Amino acid sequence: MESVDFIEEKVIVYRELPPSAPQYCACQREFSSFISLAASQKDRYVGPRTILDMETTSSPHLSPLDFASSPINKSLTSERKVEHYRQMERIRRFEQASLQQYAKGGRMGGFLHLYIGQESIAVGCASLMGENDHMITAYRCHAHALAVGMSMNECMAELFGKATGCSKGKGGSMHFFAPDKNFWGGHGIVAGQTPLGLGLGYGLKYKNLEGAALCFLGDGAVNQGAFHESLNLAALFEIPVVYIIENNGYSMGTSQKRSSAYKDCLAQRADAYNMEWDVVNGEDFYEVRAKVQIAMERARKESKPSILEINTYRYYGHSVADANHKVYRSPEEIENYKKNHDPINLWRQRLISEGILTEEAAKEIGKEAKQEAAASVKFAEESPNPTIEDITDDVYWETDNQTEASKIGRHFFND
Amino acid sequence: MREIEYRDALNEAFDEELARDENVVLMGEEVAQYNGAYKVTRGLWEKWGDKRVVDTPISEAGFIGMGIGASMLGIRPVMELMFWSFHSVAFDQLVNNAACCRYMSGGLINVPIVMRGPANGGTNVGATHSHTPEGLFAAFPGLKVCSPATPADAKGLMKTAIRDNDPVYVMENTTLYGNKGPVPDPSEGDFTIPLGKADIKREGSDISLIAHGASVLRCLEAAEILSSEHGIQAEVVDLRSIRPLDQETIIQSVQKTNRAVLVDESKPFCGVSAQIATLIQEYAFDYLDAPIKRVCTIDAPAIYSPAVEPDQLPNAKRIIDQVLTIA
Repeated sequence: MESVDFIEEKVIVYRELPPSAPQYCACQREFSSFISLAASQKDRYVGPRTILDMETTSSPHLSPLDFASSPINKSLTSERKVEHYRQMERIRRFEQASLQQYAKGGRMGGFLHLYIGQESIAVGCASLMGENDHMITAYRCHAHALAVGMSMNECMAELFGKATGCSKGKGGSMHFFAPDKNFWGGHGIVAGQTPLGLGLGYGLKYKNLEGAALCFLGDGAVNQGAFHESLNLAALFEIPVVYIIENNGYSMGTSQKRSSAYKDCLAQRADAYNMEWDVVNGEDFYEVRAKVQIAMERARKESKPSILEINTYRYYGHSVADANHKVYRSPEEIENYKKNHDPINLWRQRLISEGILTEEAAKEIGKEAKQEAAASVKFAEESPNPTIEDITDDVYWETDNQTEASKIGRHFFND
Repeated sequence: MREIEYRDALNEAFDEELARDENVVLMGEEVAQYNGAYKVTRGLWEKWGDKRVVDTPISEAGFIGMGIGASMLGIRPVMELMFWSFHSVAFDQLVNNAACCRYMSGGLINVPIVMRGPANGGTNVGATHSHTPEGLFAAFPGLKVCSPATPADAKGLMKTAIRDNDPVYVMENTTLYGNKGPVPDPSEGDFTIPLGKADIKREGSDISLIAHGASVLRCLEAAEILSSEHGIQAEVVDLRSIRPLDQETIIQSVQKTNRAVLVDESKPFCGVSAQIATLIQEYAFDYLDAPIKRVCTIDAPAIYSPAVEPDQLPNAKRIIDQVLTIA
């Protein structure tokens, strides 16, 4: 029980969870770069939501894993580790502030899909991105935006619909973009971004660039046709894309069991397309990085796609408009996650146990993040709205750039 | 001037643009090894190879979305819908991702794709394969739409569409692919036609027939009969481009002739001709000597019956009948 046989073609452990916990399964598959890690595994695995079931399984192949010793994590400096903690705190404080502002009424419109509880995933993935790696996600996009380096100011201003927002107040909560940081949104239609992520990978391959396209989707997106079409094309054309299913257990108000047909887990659908896949415990920052890195290397070096299913949980509803989120989930379930599985708490404890962070320093980081979020609210409040004239900018590249072509014919039909 | 087929004019446009820009890539079902369902891309795979001319599976939402994503990184995909009628299975990609990504990013992104393929009735393939969605897509700000009627326009507009930095949807026509017409020889220089520029295909003084796509040819047939049998000189305005739209040429023609019949293969409800009609009433109201009339496809799904379908579409007889009510 002390080591995991990473060379095993596939080890799948699946079990019924107590009704209070989301579905989870653990799958491992051929970690060539990880063989050395296996022997060193023992007792540092931080994943109580799943570990109980792992320990009770009869499989001889699984045991608590410590992904800290994976090569990509060993190369992390103490400063970087703390920095990642800071990023997670910043994301949470930003979203807490945005929720507060939303609740005041009249400041933001539309939806607000909060990521709180899932922060380790966006930060872990963004931390692996190099010059030619790209990211695209769905509507729960604030964390990815901040993780790739977008500022709280531009993001908060976008939520307020201000001209200083990242999309000039034209996108809103679901549509943050930063192409200069290889971040391509922020997309509102469930699974609509999955062919776009494929296209980012296609572009990399076409240009002979060694990179990976990280395409995020939720567990509710796996039943959309566009996703399946994307998987087929990804495998068929050998596109360097990594599909990351952030599985928070609920497709809006419908649990995974009530929305998806599957054998062991959602990522396993990759088998049908002869594609590699894995399942990740999202509350463990080290595990997220270790496994995503393997998939990214598969994309970069072999130009092969993967599906990763990262298990996680959201504290709040599908969006702030989801009044039922305490109806379809029990308060105990939410409380249990907050208490035992919060990725920020776990990472903090981890860093404290490693002796590179103190409770006091962590508190200070939290305080600073809160202040930064408060400042971003002030920035958003004081920023100007877009004008009526701005409405028809950013529709056509040619008219925005006043090219010769844009002067021929009528492009807009307002009066 | 040499005469070539509409399909070969398109083929030449692709060939020239593939040579001009290494980021241009043709994609679609059967466009490569099969040489195109309508032979529009004939020979291009053999010449340009797997990287530049790509066969996709029957998977429109997947490959069109892929092309849109790739275009964000600077690739310029020219993607074929074997029939524009198949747009419906990729609608989210075509109207949300292609048309709205630029806007929702506050102008940080542009999507330089071309979507192309035939969009027409008249081939007895039933309602699902006979849609003419030019008005539908022109209704989405962020998209551009054109519909060439002649081989020269097909080549010139296609080259412009490929170079345009916004998504351009080119509506071709299976009934036109075999038509021959004069197209300047490549040796005479780069031949392009701008979007947003209509073309007077026939000068006239008594009535304006305003059309696009194959309906332009029906208007020309009608104009000859109106001239020879009724002494009516009809002017035929070929819009060529739906969005951007050459409003100026439309209005000038109506100001000259004082009467207009709009001929439009799409359905009458909110089609292209409905938009033209509102522009004419707004900008040339005082010049009109009669109500604006329209000849559209008869308002029902496309009928299969080979004997009847020609009468569901705009044709010379239906056009003449309408003209004679006001001229």
